[in-house]
Order: sequence, then C-alpha cells, then structure tokens
Amino acid sequence: MGERLLTIKDLYIEGRSDETWTPIIKGVDLTLDKGEVLGLIGESGAGKSTLGLAAMGFCRDGVRISGGSVDFDGIDLLNASAATKRGLLGKRIAYVAQSAAASFNPAHKIIEQHVEAPVQHHVMGRAESIQDGIELYRRLRLPNPEQIGFRYPHQVSGGQLQRAMTAMAMSCRPDLIIFDEPTTALDVTTQIEVLAAIRDIVAQFDTAAIYITHDLAVVAQMADRIKVLLKGDEVEEADTRTMLSSPQQDYTRSLWAVRSFERPMKPAVATGAQPVVSVRGVTASYGKVAVLHDVSFDIHAGRTVAVVGESGSGKSTTARCITGLLPPIEGEILFDGVPLPANYRKRSKDQLRQAQMIYQMADTALNPRVTIGQIIARPLQFYGGLSGSALRKRLDELLDQIELDPKIYRDRLPSELSGGQKQRIGIARALAAEPKFIICDEVTSALDQLVAEGILRLLARLQDDLGLSYMFITHDLATVKAIADEVVVMKDGRVVEQGEKNEMFAPPHHAYTDLLLSSVPQMDPDWLDQLLAQRGVDNIGDAAVDKM
Amino acid sequence: MNSVLRIILQRLALGLLTLFIVSIVIFTAVNLLPGDFAQAILGQGATPEAVAAIRTGLGLDQPPVVRYLAWLGGAIHGDLGTSFAQANFASFTGTTSGAKTVAEQIAPRFANTMFLAGVTAAIAVPISVTLGLLAALYRNSVFDRAANILTLTSISSPEFFLAYILILFLAVLNPILPSLSNIYDGMSFTDRLDKTLLPALTLTLVVTAHMMRMTRAAIINLLASPYIEMARLKGVSPLRVIVRHALPNALAPIINVIALNLAYLITGVVVVEVVFVYPGIGQLFVDSVKIRDIPVVQACCLIFAGAYILLNLLADILSILSNPRLRHPK
Repeated sequence: MGERLLTIKDLYIEGRSDETWTPIIKGVDLTLDKGEVLGLIGESGAGKSTLGLAAMGFCRDGVRISGGSVDFDGIDLLNASAATKRGLLGKRIAYVAQSAAASFNPAHKIIEQHVEAPVQHHVMGRAESIQDGIELYRRLRLPNPEQIGFRYPHQVSGGQLQRAMTAMAMSCRPDLIIFDEPTTALDVTTQIEVLAAIRDIVAQFDTAAIYITHDLAVVAQMADRIKVLLKGDEVEEADTRTMLSSPQQDYTRSLWAVRSFERPMKPAVATGAQPVVSVRGVTASYGKVAVLHDVSFDIHAGRTVAVVGESGSGKSTTARCITGLLPPIEGEILFDGVPLPANYRKRSKDQLRQAQMIYQMADTALNPRVTIGQIIARPLQFYGGLSGSALRKRLDELLDQIELDPKIYRDRLPSELSGGQKQRIGIARALAAEPKFIICDEVTSALDQLVAEGILRLLARLQDDLGLSYMFITHDLATVKAIADEVVVMKDGRVVEQGEKNEMFAPPHHAYTDLLLSSVPQMDPDWLDQLLAQRGVDNIGDAAVDKM
Repeated sequence: MNSVLRIILQRLALGLLTLFIVSIVIFTAVNLLPGDFAQAILGQGATPEAVAAIRTGLGLDQPPVVRYLAWLGGAIHGDLGTSFAQANFASFTGTTSGAKTVAEQIAPRFANTMFLAGVTAAIAVPISVTLGLLAALYRNSVFDRAANILTLTSISSPEFFLAYILILFLAVLNPILPSLSNIYDGMSFTDRLDKTLLPALTLTLVVTAHMMRMTRAAIINLLASPYIEMARLKGVSPLRVIVRHALPNALAPIINVIALNLAYLITGVVVVEVVFVYPGIGQLFVDSVKIRDIPVVQACCLIFAGAYILLNLLADILSILSNPRLRHPK
C-alpha cells in the first residue's frame, strides 16, 4: 500500500484501579498506511477503545501510557506538547464515538458543533464550513441535508446523528479517523445505512481509519485488514479475507464459532392446550402517547417466545404490561387462564411470584452494597418464608444451578463479579421465587458473544430441567435463532408477524421481517455490497423502513 | 413553545398556592406569639379595662378566622392594614389621618433592602460564577484550593465578624468607605452606593462560597460526559470546553443556587443591617416583633415568603428555558 501514516510501537497502557496501576495494553504494535482501514476487534476489556484513543495521543482520566511510542506522520504524539496535539486533533485526526446521542452536546445545534473544528483550527470560515457541512450531509445521504444541521441533537434520530457525527469528523478532511463502535448502539436496519455511508465517504476522501468493533460481521464489511485483541495483547493480524477464511489462532476461531449455538426444535404445542401467559388485545399508552396497539400472543408451558423488534417497537412496554407496572388501557393478561389484575399492586403475592424478570443491565439491577447471598435470599424469605439452614441450603442449590460455587460467591459483592456472572445472579434471583414464567429483557445484549452464549445455554438448560416458560425480548436475531421456539415480531407497538421459529426464518416473510432478517450482517466481506446492490442505493435501512 | 408555556403556568399556579398556604402559616404563627400589642405597649401595670379598650380599638377581640379573612382580603387588594403602633398613636391624638399604613411604612425600607441586595448581587454573582469556572478549569490546582479555602472561610465566619473586619480595614485603618450606612430619601445614587458598599461587600463574602462551589461542582460533574470528551478530541481549548460545552449544560443547578442566595439577601440580612445601621426591612421586622405589631410582622413575612417563591419560580423558569429539549421539542 501507500505511505505510512501511523506507527505505534510496543505500546504499554495502564489503568488505575484503587491505588494500583494495572496494565490495559501490553506491548502492542500497530501500523496504518494512508487511506487504509484497519479493523480492531475483541471482546469488552480487550483494550480496543483505549488503543484507539492512544492513536490520537489521548488518554482518559485514570489511564496512562507507560511505554512505547505513537508516531503520526513524523510527529511523536506521546512527547508532543498539549498545544501541538490540540492542533492535530479534529484537524488531522478525528474521532467518531459509539453513542452519537451522548457525544453531541445537547445545548448546541448540530451544525454549530460541525463548524467548531474548522473554525477553531482556521481551516475554513464559518459560512464556508456550513456550506461544506451541508454538502457532507448530502453525501452521507442524510434526509433534508439543507436543514438537518440546524436542529438540536435530540430532534434527530440515532442513525442520522451517527452520520452527522461522521460528517463532523470529516469537517477538516482529516488524514485519520478513529471509529469507536459507531454502529453498536443502532438497530440492524439503521446500522446498514450508517455502515454504507461511512464506507463510501472514507473511500471518497481516501481517509485512513481505525474501525473498532466487537462485531466480526461488521468489521468484515469495513476493514482492509483486521487485528484481533485479547486482554490487551494482540492475538493475530491479517488482511480481512485471509482472517475470515483461515484464522490461525484458537481464540480467533472461537470468536468465529460463537454463532453456532442453536437448540433443537421442540414438538409443536398441542391444540387446545392452556397457555401459561396469554396477552389478549393489549393497548397501552404513556400519558396520551399510545405505544401498544391491540397486542396479542400466547406463551405455552416450557417454551420460549422471542419478542423481536427495533428500539421503540414496544417490546419492553409489553413486558411492563404483563408484570403490571403499566396497566393497559384495553385488553387483559391471563395467567393459566385466569385474568390478572392490571395493576401489580392489586395482584396477590402468589401471582407476583409466578412471573419474574431478568434485566438487561445486571450492573444496575443488583444492589451494589449487598452480598450475592443476601440478594438471592431476599425472594426466598419474601415468597418462600425460608430462614436459617433451610434458607442456606436453598441458596446454595440456586448458586449450583447457575454454575457458580456457593462457597466462593455467597459472600461477594456484585462489584467483584464479571458481567456474565452478574447476569447469572440475576437469573438465580428470578429462580428463587420458583416462578413458572420469566421475562428476559435483552439479557445478553450487554455481554460479549462468548459470555452471552454461556447465558443462553444456561437458560435453555434451566428451561429443560424446571419446565419454565420464557418471554425473551431481544433485537438480536442471532439470539432468536439460538433460543426461541416461537417468534413475535413487533413494529411501532403492533405485532406484525408471529409463528413458529422455523416458519419465521423461512420465506415467505412479512416485508418487515424480511427487512430485519436481511439486515443482519453476515461474515462474508461482500455481503454489504450485495445487499446494497439488491436493495438499490435509495432503498436501504431507514428509507426502507419508512416506506412500509 | 406550548409545553414550556404550560409548565410555566403550572409553576405560577403552584407558586400562588404556596403563597396562600404560607399566609395561613404566618397568621397562625404570629398569633401564637405570647402576649399581644396591648400588653406590650401598656406594660406590667396595665389595668384589664385599658388592655380591653386597646384590643377592641384594634379589632383584636374578633375570632382568629374573621381576622385572618379580613387580613387576607385586604392583602389581596394590596391593603396590608395599619400598624398597631401608628393606629394607637393616632387614636390618642384624636386624628386618623396621621396614621401611616403598613404599605407606606414598609415601602421605603423594602426599597433600601432591594438596593442592598441588588448591589450585592451585581458584585457577588459575576465573581462567584467566574471563580467557579476558573476553579473547574484549574481543578485541584493551587488556585482551586485557595479559592475554596477562602470562600469556605468567609462563609463559616459569622456575618457580624466579617462586617467588623471589613470596617476595621476599609473604614478605620484605611478610611475608604463609610462605616455607617445611614440612607435617606433624596440621596444621589453615587452617595447611596458609597454608603451601601461596605454592607454589600460583607454580604458578598457570605454568599460567594455557595454559588462558586455549585458552579464548580456542576461543571466538573459534566466533564466526564462523552460530549466533553468529543470536544477535547476536536482539539478545542480547555477554556472553550468549559465555557462553551460544559457551562450551558450546567446552568440549571447554578441558576437555582443563585436564586436561593438572592432570596437570602432579601430576607436574611438583619444582622448586617444592624451592624451598619442600614435602614432595611429586616430591622423594621425585628422591631415590630418586639412590640407585637402584628400587621407589620405579617406583611414582612408575606413579603419574605413572596420573595422566596418568586425567585425560586424565576429560577425554575430559567432552568426550563436553559434546556434545549424543552425549548425545541421534536
């Protein structure tokens, strides 16, 4: 390839936890040529973002670079003065963050934030920069490019903001852009749009990029070369096609293999069987805004119903209706054929016990000041009235069930556990009530793929052992494939399609289901090109959704 | 804009309701004070007949509910009644025309208090916010620590102590400013300002710490936000990051603490008034409590409550307006 732009040599980075410094990056080398796109991949904690920021000579608070060198086009970034670095940042090296909604300043219009770098770096004048911004919005296929910049960030959707942020990074035509998980927070249908826009504009301006992600299928579309990181060490590096077709290391192969978990199909439900939970014509609203319209589906004993849809489609609201947190305006929830009171306050203790919930963010769903033992003991005391040695025995049984050693974990605090272990505690707490039915709300979406798979396998085993019924809320179709028996597809508060999993994944689909399915990135590096060719440039992602 | 207007109207209605409830509390509390005007004015040796005569003259023999409603009705029309002291004096001299109404009595005092509060605010608010911004910019530096220690020391010292220190240094050792603030009608603005400056400086020392520390904390609180990191990664200078990116998002808590301090300046400065013999509303209030001059006490309380409610209402509205999500709905 062309001229060398960025050279990172033997870089060591440490992070402070309490009073000690622990290594985050352990001697990584990285090179990037002008106009080249490098994919940086690894699970959370691998040090991808830290490395990406270090390529800009930047460290977050509590992080320090302890060794090595970063050379950007002949400038030693680690020894450059703050003023020299400020002169480069935004002008020659730009950054695109994971959450555009959080990374745009809510107090200023989008275009004001766009022109800040060009004006502050004296690259161009304000008026010129505004015109250039509008042109970039057009190239990134943002709707209404003339006006969209003059809105505030909260007035624009997530996918559009992410493109506006890419435009902002382009405002000074930098030599290098760091993309830090730019599509992770987006729905699949929106993700395609953003991926295509980023790829095109990087190619048009021949910008070099480091593309950070945990999603292999995404990086396969974007990068010329892929580097795999594990716990701050490089595992291997190769050009994209080689890496996908013949990974050398076991760890890389294990990443590739994750998507293979799939439970066997269960026999169909006998006709006339009593469903455990039956949602009947539920309509609900927040204030005056109607969010659910006539939602109906059944969940049978020992089966998993996946409720799928994009953010805002009403999945979690349906769960709130079932649990009684949000009493519906119309319709009812039947449990074993008996209507439940709409408001949870009016439900009996036994009715409450029968339906439990596991949350997306195990971090915030567990009280940080209470030990694991106490967290799980609470429902045992509350519902089961257990105490003393009976309580202790049941507690240990539950910890065994979720495959954590009671002797080690009973007295630990949530902060001493990993993300996957915390989610297991969430499961144990739900099981402690001995429910028939559990709502799993995006329980794996905050977890790495390997860990998520472990959780899915555990949930599947518990279902087989205990005959539980699950309502599994997710936006990830790979998860649906792995665990669901039946699928309910939701859009804008309505059920657009429902049925057995096999039927759903086999054509013909409802148009929206089809869009969802075809939008899931595939490992094939040509997937995005083929898909775009198939759909036509004007009819991808957002636009396709809008047309329905 | 409609939603903003609705929120503002809601707050306004809530403010009025609060004021009404406060008026009941004031009336009840004032009536719970031991002794009454007749006893206070006539002293220990008063005959029961004399006490009863004064009570009847002032309407104190009426049941409390009747008196409350009469007072409330008057207050709504802007008539806060006549001071007992004035009315009693007038009845002895046989005329009623010489009796000043409570409104007439309070108005000049209140104007003086507002003037002092205004001068103090004009000095204290810009200083506190600027100090807070600089402390956030150079956080944990020598400057930050010095600013914190100085403002904390001044807020921890009693007001009269600060006042005497300032008098010592600015009026006695270096006679720059007058130590007595005897304000009267018809004074020129500059004279008035000159006389007010020393109490205003004292109060500045009292209120700065709160506002400065809140500004600093509100801004530092935001510095970990992704959009602040984004601004840094765009190569924006540290000062610009603080002023342009952090400050607009930190306005709500800052405005609220400023409003609280302004309310304090109107209602809580009696000690400083006494030290400087400043003829403000605080002194009038204390004097009236001493002689159980209930109409004046009630009127002062009502004004204090009104000032608190109004300033907090204003702070609420400004905080709402500082939020672009509310100013520009989707």
